[in-house]
Amino acid sequence: MRKVFGEKVAVRNLSLAVRRGQIFGFLGPNGAGKSTSVKMLLGLVKPSSGESLVLGLPSGDVEVRRRIGFLPEDFRFYTWLTASELLKLHGRLCGMTAARLRDRIPALLELVGLTTHREKRLRDFSKGMLQRIGLAQALIHEPDLVFLDEPTSGLDPMGRRLVRDIIRAQRDRGATVFLNSHLLSEVEITCDHVAFIKEGEVVAARDLRSQPDGEIRVTARARNLSPGALSGLAQWTTSSHLDGERLTLTTTNTSALPEILRHLVTSGADVFEFTPERLSLEDLFLKIMGEDRGL
Amino acid sequence: MGAWIMAGVTFREAARRKILWTAFLAGLAFLSLFATGMHFQAKDFSARTASPFIRYQAFSAMLQVGFYAVDLLAVIMTILTSVDAISGEIASGTIQAIATKPVSRWRILIGKWVGFAGMVAAYVAIMFAGVAGVGYFIAGALPPHALRAGMLVYLECLLVLTVTFLCGTKFSTLTNGVIVLGLHGLAFIGGWIEQIGSLTSSPRLVTVGVVSSLLMPSESIWRRASYELQPAITRSLQFGPFATSSAPSPAMIVYASLYLLVALSIAIYHFNHRDL
Repeated sequence: MRKVFGEKVAVRNLSLAVRRGQIFGFLGPNGAGKSTSVKMLLGLVKPSSGESLVLGLPSGDVEVRRRIGFLPEDFRFYTWLTASELLKLHGRLCGMTAARLRDRIPALLELVGLTTHREKRLRDFSKGMLQRIGLAQALIHEPDLVFLDEPTSGLDPMGRRLVRDIIRAQRDRGATVFLNSHLLSEVEITCDHVAFIKEGEVVAARDLRSQPDGEIRVTARARNLSPGALSGLAQWTTSSHLDGERLTLTTTNTSALPEILRHLVTSGADVFEFTPERLSLEDLFLKIMGEDRGL
Repeated sequence: MGAWIMAGVTFREAARRKILWTAFLAGLAFLSLFATGMHFQAKDFSARTASPFIRYQAFSAMLQVGFYAVDLLAVIMTILTSVDAISGEIASGTIQAIATKPVSRWRILIGKWVGFAGMVAAYVAIMFAGVAGVGYFIAGALPPHALRAGMLVYLECLLVLTVTFLCGTKFSTLTNGVIVLGLHGLAFIGGWIEQIGSLTSSPRLVTVGVVSSLLMPSESIWRRASYELQPAITRSLQFGPFATSSAPSPAMIVYASLYLLVALSIAIYHFNHRDL
């Protein structure tokens, strides 16, 4: 899909497939086109060209909307509604019966931790509470697919943990979760699969559940490191950098680690520290997105 | 079903607007002033035994002023309450949680329209009944066809509401307000030009007035309502914004109704096709 607003290309060439039953993370810097992409999948925004299928039907179709939930970024609603009234309204818009809502609303309020605030009006809600009630309205009809746009922004650590648990519970009941986020540590512990979007295009995708094929970074502290020893590392590493005693190198192969250490020691270096660590999602993100060239 | 849910929540949302209650307070203040004026006029007349004709003329002139004030308040209130009904919810993102529910967009729009139409109906009914009540209970004067005139004023408000909705699907709140108030102003001036043209037998002025009424028929509905409110005998004597020397024909009402339907259809079309 492609979306152009006037002169500005918001989404250049989005091509994406998400399997059912997984938690999918859609990552990208601000202005990369994440929200526009999600809005196209929801039918809120019409693509300038291209098309998408959601649950096997054209996106935006009323039948699709019956089976999806959506938490918009920065959820806002009529401030005079109470938490219960808001859920009742959204449940009725989803076609739920009064009898079903009588059981469902208290259960949902309990789930998002707002039971004691059920009769409070939205105008008295904090940003975090709005986020929680927004999540509840997205889940009211137990949708097969939930789109969450930055669901943990504005939440404290407890709130984030709660949202993470709720997201996992959705997968456990068989639903698919499409998560837009730039809180990478959150995504890393929640998502099964991620795709990176940059300047309106998917530039990479990773399966986080299978053995990560990412790079390993080694931070070492060594003295008496000869230039020959340093250049000899190139056969195992993809990069190496020496700054005083601090040596940073990257490799893609776990089995190369003992070889590298042995090479350093036999070439006469005194090694005080040798710490391999797998590249975090954040490192991967920065690597894929490249340097911040400023806005 | 979805449209009715939207109508209900929109009615409640509209009824909470401060501007509505300000308009009600302004209406009440106006009604008290109007009742006081009527009261003293009635007292003066009974003190100096005025001729029934003069009495009748004076009271119907005052009632005209009263209904005109109600008309103006209702139109302004309609525009100010509904001006951000669509554009405001698009700008704030509120519409996103609604438009992703299994309710088609045209139902959302119609539901919101019905909600506002209900709120405006209550306002017009209360204010119209207020003026008619003051006339009847204080001066014993009830204009002919008050109900018909009330319905026409309501039609005028619905027309203005629909144009506000139409512009709201296309423009920002501020632009929308400027356009709708501008259109109503155009219709108002056009109405005057037409009346002056009719009094001075100047067909070109009348044409200018008619064209402006075709562009925005709101003011000409009021002039039809005003015509309905006048006793037959005064129709030929009066002139001014509250009275009418050239009444728009019933065809104008048909035109205004069609105008409303077309505007509503275009609003639905825009809302269906725009990005939210």
